[in-house]
Amino acid sequence: MKRTIGASQSRAFYAFISPWLIGFAVLTLLPILASLYYSFTDYDVIHAPAWVGLGNFRELFHDEQFWNSISVTLKYTFISVPLTLLLSLLLAILINQKVPFQGFFRTAIYFPSMISGVAMSLLFTWIFNPQAGPFNYVLSLFGMDPIPWLLDERFALWALIVMSFWGMGAGMLIFLAGLQGVPASLLEAARLDGAGRLRSFWHVTLPMISPVFLFQLIVGIIDSFQVFTQAYTITQGGPNYTTWFYVYNIYISAFKNFRYGYASAMAWLLLAAVLLITWFILKASNRFVYYEGSR
Amino acid sequence: MSPSATAGLQAQPASRAGRREQLWSKAVSLILLLLVTAAMLSPLAFMVSTSLKTSKELLIYPPQLLPDAPAWGNYAELFRNGEIKFGQQYMNSLIVAVSAVVGTVLSSALVAFGFARYRTKASGFLFLLVLSTMMLPYPAIMIPQFLLFTKLGLHDSLLPLILPNFFGSAYMIFLLKQFFSTMPSELYEAGRIDGCSEFRLFWNLTLPLAGPAMATVAIFTFIGSWNDLLTPVLYLDSQENFTLPIGLASMMSSKFRLAPWNLLMAASMLTAVPIILLFAVAQRRFVEGIVLTGIK
Repeated sequence: MKRTIGASQSRAFYAFISPWLIGFAVLTLLPILASLYYSFTDYDVIHAPAWVGLGNFRELFHDEQFWNSISVTLKYTFISVPLTLLLSLLLAILINQKVPFQGFFRTAIYFPSMISGVAMSLLFTWIFNPQAGPFNYVLSLFGMDPIPWLLDERFALWALIVMSFWGMGAGMLIFLAGLQGVPASLLEAARLDGAGRLRSFWHVTLPMISPVFLFQLIVGIIDSFQVFTQAYTITQGGPNYTTWFYVYNIYISAFKNFRYGYASAMAWLLLAAVLLITWFILKASNRFVYYEGSR
Repeated sequence: MSPSATAGLQAQPASRAGRREQLWSKAVSLILLLLVTAAMLSPLAFMVSTSLKTSKELLIYPPQLLPDAPAWGNYAELFRNGEIKFGQQYMNSLIVAVSAVVGTVLSSALVAFGFARYRTKASGFLFLLVLSTMMLPYPAIMIPQFLLFTKLGLHDSLLPLILPNFFGSAYMIFLLKQFFSTMPSELYEAGRIDGCSEFRLFWNLTLPLAGPAMATVAIFTFIGSWNDLLTPVLYLDSQENFTLPIGLASMMSSKFRLAPWNLLMAASMLTAVPIILLFAVAQRRFVEGIVLTGIK
């Protein structure tokens, strides 16, 4: 329905997209630039921003809490994202075996990921409760001693990682759609060539769904760079800062310590990190992701 | 399946060995799926059962699967307790989510229509700009946005949660543009011959046909807004202005051991109700939306 057009059509185009243009300018572009400016200032809202040059970044470099928040966030990301991805792919493969009650399994596994992060956080705080919570009770059935999950600095982050598995339903649905999109003719051809199931999975199915995998990897990493709800609701960054996530650190610096300039510097680094990671994964993917129609 | 098992049997796709192996793999899949499903659903079952326990039953160890008699009073208590202001917070959440849906659906549809119907010099670049904001982390822009809305005197009001939705959402623009692009151009030619303005082409011809796509947009906007914690945490200060997520989080103020877990779980249950209802009514839209855009 597209057509190249004259001035009146061009006016209509800008009229239609004007909500987004205005929103982009005022709520996205302006904040990005403002936050870049603030990151070079000392700003507490009461006094005017005072230019400090690279002062904030220099301070960040020596800020133990800043480095800690990065290490917490990276640890969470590099454990939770790959595990969640693999598990959701595995589940999608299982469901795709044309098992009975396919629809039920799909719904049941997807269902928990819709529930609000706060409600899930409350629920898991209670589930991980060292005295009366069911998680330790289930472990005790296997002869394990009770673990003070969220109260112990060795386990708190792991408890949050375990909790993240209950959000893998959406990823499973995306993989399932990807698997169902693999043309049956290709699999049939592989079978006729004598390929076993593992080999046809490895050489046909996996390449065909690799774009889906890549997309989920990027989204998963970007999402987990922004973990906030669990830190705010469950642990308040504790015990002993072991769940002090990066965005939680930004939140505390800006909205509790009123250091808007300092927090803006961190916000900008987050933006840069997200761009960099996206670029890096896309670049690396040229090697192992297969796009139908290319090459 | 080993290559030797299939070699030579190509003419008979369903050999006996092949069929047996298929049956096995199905059975194993089924058992694994049952285990996973049990693991996925048991926390939610525990949420339901805890919400119906009395305070005494909370302390029983090992935890009871079912309370002796369901304490429905927990749910009533949430609304009766004047301190928590649960009813008010529920209202606030509904106001915010419904406004977000109206704003996002209307504005995203307008913008998507613009991108789908016209090709100008800048349209390709502008659409790329839309796509590039899809990955933009909210925390990267939240501080200046906060300062802006605070300067406008909107602190501790619901407006900062509502207004940004009226400028289109990149995901939704993308989703709707894909849908609008599939509409036949004859439709518009006919409309133009009948003397329709461009806006009427959008409003009277396109929108009525876009019901399913708009429903998908509405559902995901509702869920996103309903579950959002970070934005209300930044803007809302007083209990009576809280939306449910921040209200729930603040209810857990007495940490870990002393919190009334039955009430907290009842509140969590009630928070999940609109989402569950939506899912029951429009499950297909959920699946489509996730698959199309990768929204979680």
